[in-house]
Amino acid sequence: MSVVIEIKNLSFSYHKQKILENINLTVKEKDFLAIIGPNGGGKSTLLKLILGINPVKEGTIRTFGEVPKKNLSKIGYVPQNTNVNTDFPIKVIEVVLMGHIGTKKPLFGYAKEETMCAMGALAQVGMEKFANVKIGELSGGQRQRVMIARALCAHPQILILDEPTSSIDIDGQKQIYELLKELNSYITIIVVSHDISVIMKYANSVVHINKKLTHHDTSSSNHFCEVKMFNRFKEKK
Amino acid sequence: MLDALSFPFIQNALIAGLLVSMASGIIGSLIVVNRMVFLAGGIAHTAYGGIGMAVFLGLPIFLGASVFAVAAALIISVITLKHRERMDTFIGLMWAVGMAVGVVLIDLTPGYNADFMSYLFGSILAVSQSDLYFMGGLLAGIIIIMTFWYRDILAVSYDSEYANLRGINVKFFYTLILVLSALTVVVAIKVVGLILVIALLTIPVYIAEKLSNTLYMMMTLSGIFSSIFTVIGLAISYEYDIASGASIILVSAISLFLFLGFNRFMLK
Repeated sequence: MSVVIEIKNLSFSYHKQKILENINLTVKEKDFLAIIGPNGGGKSTLLKLILGINPVKEGTIRTFGEVPKKNLSKIGYVPQNTNVNTDFPIKVIEVVLMGHIGTKKPLFGYAKEETMCAMGALAQVGMEKFANVKIGELSGGQRQRVMIARALCAHPQILILDEPTSSIDIDGQKQIYELLKELNSYITIIVVSHDISVIMKYANSVVHINKKLTHHDTSSSNHFCEVKMFNRFKEKK
Repeated sequence: MLDALSFPFIQNALIAGLLVSMASGIIGSLIVVNRMVFLAGGIAHTAYGGIGMAVFLGLPIFLGASVFAVAAALIISVITLKHRERMDTFIGLMWAVGMAVGVVLIDLTPGYNADFMSYLFGSILAVSQSDLYFMGGLLAGIIIIMTFWYRDILAVSYDSEYANLRGINVKFFYTLILVLSALTVVVAIKVVGLILVIALLTIPVYIAEKLSNTLYMMMTLSGIFSSIFTVIGLAISYEYDIASGASIILVSAISLFLFLGFNRFMLK
Protein backbone atom coordinates (compact mmCIF):
# COMPACT_ATOMS: atom_id res chain seq x y z
CA MET A 1 0.00 0.00 0.00
CA SER A 2 1.23 3.42 -0.88
CA VAL A 3 2.23 6.12 1.57
CA VAL A 4 -0.20 9.05 1.63
CA ILE A 5 1.33 11.18 4.39
CA GLU A 6 4.97 11.28 5.36
CA ILE A 7 6.22 13.43 8.22
CA LYS A 8 9.93 13.69 8.93
CA ASN A 9 11.69 15.41 11.85
CA LEU A 10 8.85 17.85 12.29
CA SER A 11 9.04 20.47 15.04
CA PHE A 12 6.72 23.36 15.68
CA SER A 13 6.84 26.27 18.07
CA TYR A 14 4.27 28.89 18.94
CA HIS A 15 5.38 32.06 20.74
CA LYS A 16 8.78 30.46 21.35
CA GLN A 17 7.13 27.53 23.08
CA LYS A 18 7.70 24.11 21.57
CA ILE A 19 4.40 22.47 20.73
CA LEU A 20 5.79 19.56 18.73
CA GLU A 21 9.31 18.24 18.53
CA ASN A 22 10.89 15.82 16.17
CA ILE A 23 7.77 14.06 14.93
CA ASN A 24 8.14 11.20 12.48
CA LEU A 25 5.03 9.57 11.13
CA THR A 26 3.99 7.64 8.05
CA VAL A 27 0.37 7.11 7.07
CA LYS A 28 -0.47 4.52 4.44
CA GLU A 29 -3.46 4.25 2.16
CA LYS A 30 -6.62 3.01 3.94
CA ASP A 31 -5.05 3.29 7.37
CA PHE A 32 -7.35 4.14 10.25
CA LEU A 33 -5.02 6.19 12.40
CA ALA A 34 -5.93 7.52 15.81
CA ILE A 35 -3.96 10.37 17.34
CA ILE A 36 -4.45 10.43 21.08
CA GLY A 37 -2.99 12.46 23.90
CA PRO A 38 -3.95 15.04 26.48
CA ASN A 39 -5.41 18.46 25.72
CA GLY A 40 -2.70 20.90 24.74
CA GLY A 41 -0.46 18.03 23.70
CA GLY A 42 -0.18 19.30 20.14
CA LYS A 43 -2.70 17.06 18.37
CA SER A 44 -4.69 19.81 16.71
CA THR A 45 -1.47 21.61 15.82
CA LEU A 46 -0.26 18.55 13.97
CA LEU A 47 -3.52 18.43 11.99
CA LYS A 48 -3.21 22.09 11.10
CA LEU A 49 0.29 21.44 9.79
CA ILE A 50 -0.90 18.52 7.68
CA LEU A 51 -3.74 20.67 6.32
CA GLY A 52 -1.37 23.51 5.50
CA ILE A 53 -3.16 25.95 7.84
CA ASN A 54 0.03 26.42 9.83
CA PRO A 55 3.30 26.71 7.91
CA VAL A 56 5.95 24.04 8.40
CA LYS A 57 9.22 25.60 9.55
CA GLU A 58 11.27 22.69 10.82
CA GLY A 59 11.17 19.27 9.21
CA THR A 60 8.98 18.17 6.34
CA ILE A 61 5.44 17.04 5.67
CA ARG A 62 4.53 15.46 2.37
CA THR A 63 0.96 14.59 1.44
CA PHE A 64 0.86 12.42 -1.66
CA GLY A 65 4.52 13.25 -2.11
CA GLU A 66 4.03 17.02 -2.24
CA VAL A 67 3.80 19.96 0.16
CA PRO A 68 0.43 20.04 1.99
CA LYS A 69 -0.91 23.16 0.22
CA LYS A 70 -0.82 21.36 -3.13
CA ASN A 71 -3.17 18.57 -2.15
CA LEU A 72 -5.86 20.24 -0.08
CA SER A 73 -8.59 18.89 -2.35
CA LYS A 74 -7.54 15.32 -1.61
CA ILE A 75 -7.96 15.80 2.12
CA GLY A 76 -11.36 16.15 3.77
CA TYR A 77 -11.41 17.90 7.13
CA VAL A 78 -14.00 17.82 9.91
CA PRO A 79 -13.14 20.53 12.44
CA GLN A 80 -13.66 20.44 16.17
CA ASN A 81 -16.65 22.11 17.85
CA THR A 82 -19.29 21.82 15.20
CA ASN A 83 -21.86 22.90 17.77
CA VAL A 84 -20.94 26.56 17.61
CA ASN A 85 -23.03 29.03 15.66
CA THR A 86 -26.19 26.90 15.74
CA ASP A 87 -28.43 29.97 15.35
CA PHE A 88 -26.99 30.56 11.91
CA PRO A 89 -29.75 30.48 9.29
CA ILE A 90 -28.35 27.87 6.95
CA LYS A 91 -29.76 24.66 5.55
CA VAL A 92 -27.96 21.32 5.79
CA ILE A 93 -27.47 21.14 2.02
CA GLU A 94 -25.83 24.59 1.97
CA VAL A 95 -23.34 23.50 4.62
CA VAL A 96 -22.44 20.43 2.56
CA LEU A 97 -22.10 22.52 -0.61
CA MET A 98 -19.31 24.50 1.09
CA GLY A 99 -17.19 21.40 0.78
CA HIS A 100 -16.72 21.95 -2.94
CA ILE A 101 -13.35 23.29 -3.75
CA GLY A 102 -13.66 26.75 -5.25
CA THR A 103 -12.81 26.04 -8.86
CA LYS A 104 -15.60 25.66 -11.39
CA LYS A 105 -18.30 27.86 -9.90
CA PRO A 106 -21.29 29.15 -11.81
CA LEU A 107 -21.79 32.93 -11.94
CA PHE A 108 -24.25 32.72 -9.08
CA GLY A 109 -26.02 30.01 -7.12
CA TYR A 110 -24.98 26.37 -7.27
CA ALA A 111 -24.48 24.16 -10.31
CA LYS A 112 -26.74 21.14 -10.68
CA GLU A 113 -23.81 18.71 -10.46
CA GLU A 114 -22.68 20.36 -7.24
CA THR A 115 -26.08 19.89 -5.63
CA MET A 116 -26.28 16.28 -6.85
CA CYS A 117 -22.84 15.61 -5.47
CA ALA A 118 -23.73 17.18 -2.13
CA MET A 119 -26.88 15.06 -1.94
CA GLY A 120 -24.75 12.01 -2.64
CA ALA A 121 -22.44 12.90 0.22
CA LEU A 122 -25.45 13.33 2.52
CA ALA A 123 -26.73 9.92 1.45
CA GLN A 124 -23.35 8.41 2.34
CA VAL A 125 -23.78 9.54 5.92
CA GLY A 126 -27.51 8.74 6.01
CA MET A 127 -28.66 12.34 6.27
CA GLU A 128 -30.27 12.93 2.85
CA LYS A 129 -33.73 13.38 4.39
CA PHE A 130 -32.48 16.40 6.31
CA ALA A 131 -31.15 18.33 3.31
CA ASN A 132 -33.56 21.24 3.73
CA VAL A 133 -33.56 21.37 7.52
CA LYS A 134 -31.91 24.28 9.33
CA ILE A 135 -28.59 23.11 10.75
CA GLY A 136 -29.44 24.32 14.27
CA GLU A 137 -32.42 21.95 14.47
CA LEU A 138 -30.24 18.84 14.28
CA SER A 139 -28.80 16.94 17.23
CA GLY A 140 -25.05 17.01 17.86
CA GLY A 141 -24.56 13.60 16.25
CA GLN A 142 -26.60 14.49 13.18
CA ARG A 143 -24.70 17.73 12.80
CA GLN A 144 -21.41 15.85 12.96
CA ARG A 145 -22.62 13.59 10.12
CA VAL A 146 -23.38 16.67 8.07
CA MET A 147 -19.84 17.94 8.67
CA ILE A 148 -18.51 14.58 7.51
CA ALA A 149 -20.69 14.86 4.39
CA ARG A 150 -19.23 18.33 3.78
CA ALA A 151 -15.74 16.85 3.92
CA LEU A 152 -16.76 13.97 1.60
CA CYS A 153 -18.19 16.42 -0.92
CA ALA A 154 -14.84 16.94 -2.64
CA HIS A 155 -14.19 13.16 -2.88
CA PRO A 156 -11.16 13.15 -0.59
CA GLN A 157 -8.70 10.28 -0.31
CA ILE A 158 -7.96 11.12 3.31
CA LEU A 159 -10.51 12.14 5.92
CA ILE A 160 -9.22 13.97 8.98
CA LEU A 161 -11.46 14.47 12.01
CA ASP A 162 -10.62 16.57 15.07
CA GLU A 163 -12.41 15.30 18.20
CA PRO A 164 -15.43 14.16 16.20
CA THR A 165 -17.38 12.84 19.18
CA SER A 166 -16.48 15.28 21.94
CA SER A 167 -19.99 16.69 22.31
CA ILE A 168 -22.12 13.73 21.28
CA ASP A 169 -23.98 11.17 23.41
CA ILE A 170 -22.80 7.56 23.59
CA ASP A 171 -25.17 6.21 20.92
CA GLY A 172 -24.27 9.02 18.56
CA GLN A 173 -20.56 8.34 19.12
CA LYS A 174 -20.92 4.70 18.21
CA GLN A 175 -22.81 5.60 15.03
CA ILE A 176 -20.11 8.05 14.01
CA TYR A 177 -17.39 5.42 14.46
CA GLU A 178 -19.40 2.79 12.61
CA LEU A 179 -19.78 5.27 9.77
CA LEU A 180 -16.04 5.95 9.76
CA LYS A 181 -15.34 2.24 9.68
CA GLU A 182 -17.53 1.93 6.61
CA LEU A 183 -15.83 4.86 4.89
CA ASN A 184 -12.46 3.33 5.76
CA SER A 185 -13.03 0.65 3.12
CA TYR A 186 -11.97 3.21 0.52
CA ILE A 187 -10.69 6.28 2.41
CA THR A 188 -7.74 6.75 4.73
CA ILE A 189 -8.98 8.01 8.08
CA ILE A 190 -7.19 10.04 10.74
CA VAL A 191 -9.03 10.75 13.98
CA VAL A 192 -7.79 12.97 16.79
CA SER A 193 -9.30 12.12 20.13
CA HIS A 194 -8.61 12.01 23.81
CA ASP A 195 -11.19 9.29 24.22
CA ILE A 196 -8.90 6.28 24.13
CA SER A 197 -11.37 3.51 24.97
CA VAL A 198 -13.61 4.01 21.93
CA ILE A 199 -10.91 4.69 19.41
CA MET A 200 -8.99 1.49 20.21
CA LYS A 201 -11.86 -0.59 18.83
CA TYR A 202 -11.79 1.04 15.42
CA ALA A 203 -8.29 2.28 14.67
CA ASN A 204 -5.64 0.01 13.20
CA SER A 205 -2.81 2.21 14.40
CA VAL A 206 -2.58 4.62 17.30
CA VAL A 207 -0.14 7.45 17.90
CA HIS A 208 0.26 9.17 21.24
CA ILE A 209 1.33 12.78 21.20
CA ASN A 210 2.13 14.67 24.38
CA LYS A 211 4.11 17.81 24.91
CA LYS A 212 6.22 17.71 28.05
CA LEU A 213 7.79 20.71 29.65
CA THR A 214 11.54 20.50 29.94
CA HIS A 215 12.02 21.77 33.40
CA HIS A 216 9.52 19.33 34.85
CA ASP A 217 11.00 16.28 33.27
CA THR A 218 14.64 15.34 33.49
CA SER A 219 14.36 11.62 32.94
CA SER A 220 13.55 11.73 29.26
CA SER A 221 16.09 12.55 26.64
CA ASN A 222 13.28 13.81 24.46
CA HIS A 223 12.12 16.64 26.68
CA PHE A 224 9.38 18.55 24.99
CA CYS A 225 7.33 15.97 23.36
CA GLU A 226 7.19 12.31 22.78
CA VAL A 227 5.56 10.30 20.11
CA LYS A 228 4.88 6.67 20.73
CA MET A 229 3.77 4.46 17.94
CA PHE A 230 1.55 1.52 18.70
CA ASN A 231 1.50 0.18 15.22
CA ARG A 232 -1.13 -2.35 14.31
CA PHE A 233 -2.55 -2.14 17.77
CA LYS A 234 -5.41 -4.47 16.98
CA GLU A 235 -3.15 -7.23 15.72
CA LYS A 236 -1.30 -7.26 19.00
CA LYS A 237 -4.61 -7.62 20.82
CA MET B 1 -52.45 61.84 6.57
CA LEU B 2 -52.22 60.71 2.95
CA ASP B 3 -52.15 64.32 1.76
CA ALA B 4 -48.72 64.50 3.39
CA LEU B 5 -47.45 62.40 0.50
CA SER B 6 -47.79 65.37 -1.81
CA PHE B 7 -44.89 67.13 -0.07
CA PRO B 8 -41.59 66.44 -1.84
CA PHE B 9 -39.69 66.19 1.45
CA ILE B 10 -42.10 63.53 2.69
CA GLN B 11 -41.69 61.62 -0.58
CA ASN B 12 -37.92 61.84 -0.22
CA ALA B 13 -38.16 60.67 3.37
CA LEU B 14 -40.22 57.65 2.37
CA ILE B 15 -37.89 56.68 -0.48
CA ALA B 16 -34.85 57.16 1.75
CA GLY B 17 -36.49 55.11 4.49
CA LEU B 18 -37.16 52.23 2.10
CA LEU B 19 -33.70 52.29 0.48
CA VAL B 20 -31.94 52.38 3.85
CA SER B 21 -34.25 49.71 5.26
CA MET B 22 -33.38 47.29 2.48
CA ALA B 23 -29.66 48.01 2.79
CA SER B 24 -29.69 47.69 6.57
CA GLY B 25 -31.74 44.49 6.34
CA ILE B 26 -29.10 42.85 4.15
CA ILE B 27 -26.05 44.22 5.90
CA GLY B 28 -27.61 43.97 9.37
CA SER B 29 -28.06 40.24 8.73
CA LEU B 30 -24.37 39.91 7.91
CA ILE B 31 -23.41 41.96 10.98
CA VAL B 32 -25.54 39.77 13.24
CA VAL B 33 -24.46 36.38 11.90
CA ASN B 34 -20.81 37.46 11.99
CA ARG B 35 -21.25 38.77 15.55
CA MET B 36 -20.05 42.22 14.54
CA VAL B 37 -22.66 44.36 16.31
CA PHE B 38 -20.11 46.03 18.57
CA LEU B 39 -17.88 46.64 15.55
CA ALA B 40 -20.74 48.35 13.74
CA GLY B 41 -21.31 50.52 16.82
CA GLY B 42 -17.66 51.51 16.78
CA ILE B 43 -17.83 52.38 13.10
CA ALA B 44 -20.98 54.48 13.61
CA HIS B 45 -19.42 56.56 16.35
CA THR B 46 -16.13 56.94 14.51
CA ALA B 47 -18.15 58.23 11.56
CA TYR B 48 -19.14 61.17 13.74
CA GLY B 49 -15.56 62.38 13.47
CA GLY B 50 -16.07 62.39 9.71
CA ILE B 51 -19.26 64.41 10.05
CA GLY B 52 -17.33 66.96 12.13
CA MET B 53 -14.58 67.10 9.53
CA ALA B 54 -17.07 67.56 6.70
CA VAL B 55 -18.81 70.40 8.55
CA PHE B 56 -15.48 72.04 9.38
CA LEU B 57 -14.16 71.84 5.82
CA GLY B 58 -17.48 72.54 4.17
CA LEU B 59 -17.59 69.17 2.40
CA PRO B 60 -20.66 67.01 1.79
CA ILE B 61 -21.59 65.22 5.04
CA PHE B 62 -21.88 61.81 3.38
CA LEU B 63 -18.39 62.12 1.99
CA GLY B 64 -16.79 62.99 5.33
CA ALA B 65 -18.72 60.34 7.22
CA SER B 66 -17.98 57.69 4.57
CA VAL B 67 -14.24 58.39 4.61
CA PHE B 68 -14.06 58.07 8.39
CA ALA B 69 -16.35 55.04 8.53
CA VAL B 70 -14.50 53.15 5.80
CA ALA B 71 -11.16 54.01 7.41
CA ALA B 72 -12.54 52.72 10.72
CA ALA B 73 -13.69 49.53 8.98
CA LEU B 74 -10.25 48.95 7.47
CA ILE B 75 -8.50 49.54 10.79
CA ILE B 76 -10.90 47.17 12.56
CA SER B 77 -10.35 44.60 9.83
CA VAL B 78 -6.56 44.72 10.29
CA ILE B 79 -6.86 44.57 14.07
CA THR B 80 -9.29 41.65 14.10
CA LEU B 81 -7.15 39.69 11.69
CA LYS B 82 -3.91 40.38 13.59
CA HIS B 83 -4.69 41.07 17.26
CA ARG B 84 -8.08 39.59 17.86
CA GLU B 85 -7.61 39.49 21.64
CA ARG B 86 -7.26 43.29 21.88
CA MET B 87 -10.08 44.08 19.52
CA ASP B 88 -12.59 45.39 22.07
CA THR B 89 -10.06 47.85 23.47
CA PHE B 90 -9.25 49.27 20.05
CA ILE B 91 -12.90 49.57 19.07
CA GLY B 92 -13.76 51.31 22.33
CA LEU B 93 -10.89 53.71 21.67
CA MET B 94 -12.03 54.51 18.12
CA TRP B 95 -15.60 54.85 19.34
CA ALA B 96 -14.70 57.59 21.84
CA VAL B 97 -12.00 59.36 19.84
CA GLY B 98 -14.20 59.53 16.73
CA MET B 99 -16.95 61.21 18.73
CA ALA B 100 -14.51 63.61 20.39
CA VAL B 101 -12.99 64.65 17.06
CA GLY B 102 -16.48 65.28 15.68
CA VAL B 103 -17.56 67.40 18.64
CA VAL B 104 -14.38 69.49 18.62
CA LEU B 105 -14.47 70.12 14.88
CA ILE B 106 -18.12 71.17 14.98
CA ASP B 107 -17.30 73.53 17.89
CA LEU B 108 -14.47 75.03 15.90
CA THR B 109 -16.64 75.69 12.86
CA PRO B 110 -17.46 79.40 12.88
CA GLY B 111 -21.10 80.35 12.64
CA TYR B 112 -22.24 76.78 12.79
CA ASN B 113 -24.53 76.04 15.67
CA ALA B 114 -26.90 73.24 16.45
CA ASP B 115 -27.95 70.61 13.93
CA PHE B 116 -25.73 68.59 16.15
CA MET B 117 -28.78 66.63 17.27
CA SER B 118 -29.79 65.76 13.72
CA TYR B 119 -26.76 63.50 13.34
CA LEU B 120 -27.27 61.87 16.68
CA PHE B 121 -30.95 61.16 16.14
CA GLY B 122 -31.41 61.31 12.38
CA SER B 123 -32.91 63.84 10.00
CA ILE B 124 -34.83 61.82 7.49
CA LEU B 125 -37.10 64.78 6.65
CA ALA B 126 -34.05 66.68 5.42
CA VAL B 127 -32.99 64.08 2.85
CA SER B 128 -31.94 65.69 -0.43
CA GLN B 129 -32.05 64.38 -3.97
CA SER B 130 -28.32 63.69 -3.98
CA ASP B 131 -28.64 61.79 -0.68
CA LEU B 132 -31.14 59.54 -2.41
CA TYR B 133 -28.69 58.82 -5.25
CA PHE B 134 -26.04 57.87 -2.71
CA MET B 135 -28.46 55.54 -0.89
CA GLY B 136 -29.75 54.00 -4.11
CA GLY B 137 -26.23 53.48 -5.41
CA LEU B 138 -25.17 51.79 -2.20
CA LEU B 139 -28.19 49.47 -2.18
CA ALA B 140 -27.55 48.53 -5.82
CA GLY B 141 -23.90 47.84 -5.01
CA ILE B 142 -24.81 45.68 -2.03
CA ILE B 143 -27.31 43.65 -4.06
CA ILE B 144 -24.81 43.08 -6.88
CA ILE B 145 -22.06 42.00 -4.47
CA MET B 146 -24.40 39.68 -2.57
CA THR B 147 -25.67 38.10 -5.78
CA PHE B 148 -22.27 37.25 -7.19
CA TRP B 149 -20.43 36.39 -3.99
CA TYR B 150 -23.27 34.94 -1.97
CA ARG B 151 -21.75 31.51 -1.46
CA ASP B 152 -18.33 32.88 -0.57
CA ILE B 153 -19.81 35.35 1.91
CA LEU B 154 -22.02 32.59 3.31
CA ALA B 155 -19.04 30.26 3.74
CA VAL B 156 -16.89 32.93 5.38
CA SER B 157 -19.71 33.95 7.73
CA TYR B 158 -20.64 30.41 8.73
CA ASP B 159 -17.22 28.84 9.12
CA SER B 160 -14.28 31.04 8.20
CA GLU B 161 -11.62 28.43 9.01
CA TYR B 162 -13.21 25.93 6.66
CA ALA B 163 -13.74 28.59 3.99
CA ASN B 164 -10.02 29.31 4.19
CA LEU B 165 -9.24 25.63 3.63
CA ARG B 166 -11.48 25.62 0.56
CA GLY B 167 -9.40 28.37 -0.98
CA ILE B 168 -11.73 31.31 -0.27
CA ASN B 169 -9.98 34.60 0.48
CA VAL B 170 -11.38 35.04 3.99
CA LYS B 171 -9.53 38.30 4.72
CA PHE B 172 -10.91 39.91 1.58
CA PHE B 173 -14.51 38.98 2.30
CA TYR B 174 -14.24 39.87 5.96
CA THR B 175 -12.96 43.32 5.02
CA LEU B 176 -15.64 43.64 2.35
CA ILE B 177 -18.38 42.91 4.91
CA LEU B 178 -16.91 45.55 7.24
CA VAL B 179 -16.65 48.19 4.51
CA LEU B 180 -20.24 47.57 3.38
CA SER B 181 -21.30 47.80 7.03
CA ALA B 182 -19.50 51.14 7.32
CA LEU B 183 -21.27 52.59 4.27
CA THR B 184 -24.63 51.26 5.43
CA VAL B 185 -24.07 52.79 8.86
CA VAL B 186 -23.42 56.13 7.17
CA VAL B 187 -26.73 56.15 5.28
CA ALA B 188 -28.60 54.79 8.31
CA ILE B 189 -27.28 57.75 10.33
CA LYS B 190 -29.34 59.99 8.04
CA VAL B 191 -32.49 58.04 8.81
CA VAL B 192 -32.31 57.22 12.51
CA GLY B 193 -29.12 58.93 13.70
CA LEU B 194 -25.94 57.36 14.91
CA ILE B 195 -27.21 56.66 18.43
CA LEU B 196 -29.99 54.48 17.03
CA VAL B 197 -28.15 52.92 14.09
CA ILE B 198 -27.49 49.70 15.96
CA ALA B 199 -31.17 49.22 16.67
CA LEU B 200 -32.06 49.56 12.99
CA LEU B 201 -29.34 47.06 12.07
CA THR B 202 -30.32 44.47 14.66
CA ILE B 203 -34.02 44.55 15.66
CA PRO B 204 -35.56 43.57 12.29
CA VAL B 205 -32.69 41.13 11.78
CA TYR B 206 -33.35 39.44 15.09
CA ILE B 207 -36.99 38.80 14.18
CA ALA B 208 -36.03 37.62 10.70
CA GLU B 209 -33.39 35.23 12.05
CA LYS B 210 -36.04 33.32 14.01
CA LEU B 211 -38.14 32.86 10.89
CA SER B 212 -35.43 32.00 8.37
CA ASN B 213 -33.82 28.81 7.16
CA THR B 214 -31.31 30.54 4.96
CA LEU B 215 -29.20 33.68 5.05
CA TYR B 216 -30.88 34.87 1.85
CA MET B 217 -34.31 34.59 3.45
CA MET B 218 -33.05 36.32 6.59
CA MET B 219 -31.78 39.25 4.53
CA THR B 220 -35.01 39.55 2.55
CA LEU B 221 -37.25 39.34 5.61
CA SER B 222 -35.07 41.82 7.52
CA GLY B 223 -35.36 44.29 4.67
CA ILE B 224 -39.15 43.86 4.55
CA PHE B 225 -39.62 44.19 8.33
CA SER B 226 -37.31 47.15 8.44
CA SER B 227 -39.26 48.86 5.64
CA ILE B 228 -42.58 48.27 7.41
CA PHE B 229 -41.24 49.61 10.72
CA THR B 230 -39.77 52.65 8.98
CA VAL B 231 -42.98 53.55 7.18
CA ILE B 232 -45.13 53.09 10.31
CA GLY B 233 -42.57 54.98 12.39
CA LEU B 234 -42.57 57.85 9.89
CA ALA B 235 -46.37 57.99 9.86
CA ILE B 236 -46.51 58.15 13.66
CA SER B 237 -43.76 60.73 13.69
CA TYR B 238 -45.74 62.89 11.23
CA GLU B 239 -49.06 62.45 13.03
CA TYR B 240 -47.83 63.21 16.54
CA ASP B 241 -44.95 65.48 15.62
CA ILE B 242 -42.21 63.44 17.33
CA ALA B 243 -38.63 62.68 16.26
CA SER B 244 -38.71 60.29 13.29
CA GLY B 245 -35.61 58.24 14.20
CA ALA B 246 -36.80 57.49 17.72
CA SER B 247 -40.28 56.76 16.43
CA ILE B 248 -38.97 54.19 13.93
CA ILE B 249 -36.86 52.48 16.56
CA LEU B 250 -39.73 52.34 19.07
CA VAL B 251 -42.05 50.83 16.47
CA SER B 252 -39.35 48.20 15.77
CA ALA B 253 -38.78 47.48 19.44
CA ILE B 254 -42.51 47.14 20.21
CA SER B 255 -42.86 44.81 17.21
CA LEU B 256 -39.96 42.74 18.52
CA PHE B 257 -41.58 42.37 21.93
CA LEU B 258 -44.91 41.45 20.38
CA PHE B 259 -43.15 38.91 18.18
CA LEU B 260 -41.26 37.37 21.08
CA GLY B 261 -44.42 37.20 23.18
CA PHE B 262 -46.36 35.66 20.31
CA ASN B 263 -43.55 33.23 19.64
CA ARG B 264 -43.45 32.13 23.23
CA PHE B 265 -47.14 31.73 23.99
CA MET B 266 -48.75 30.92 20.67
CA LEU B 267 -46.25 28.78 18.82
CA LYS B 268 -45.50 26.34 21.60
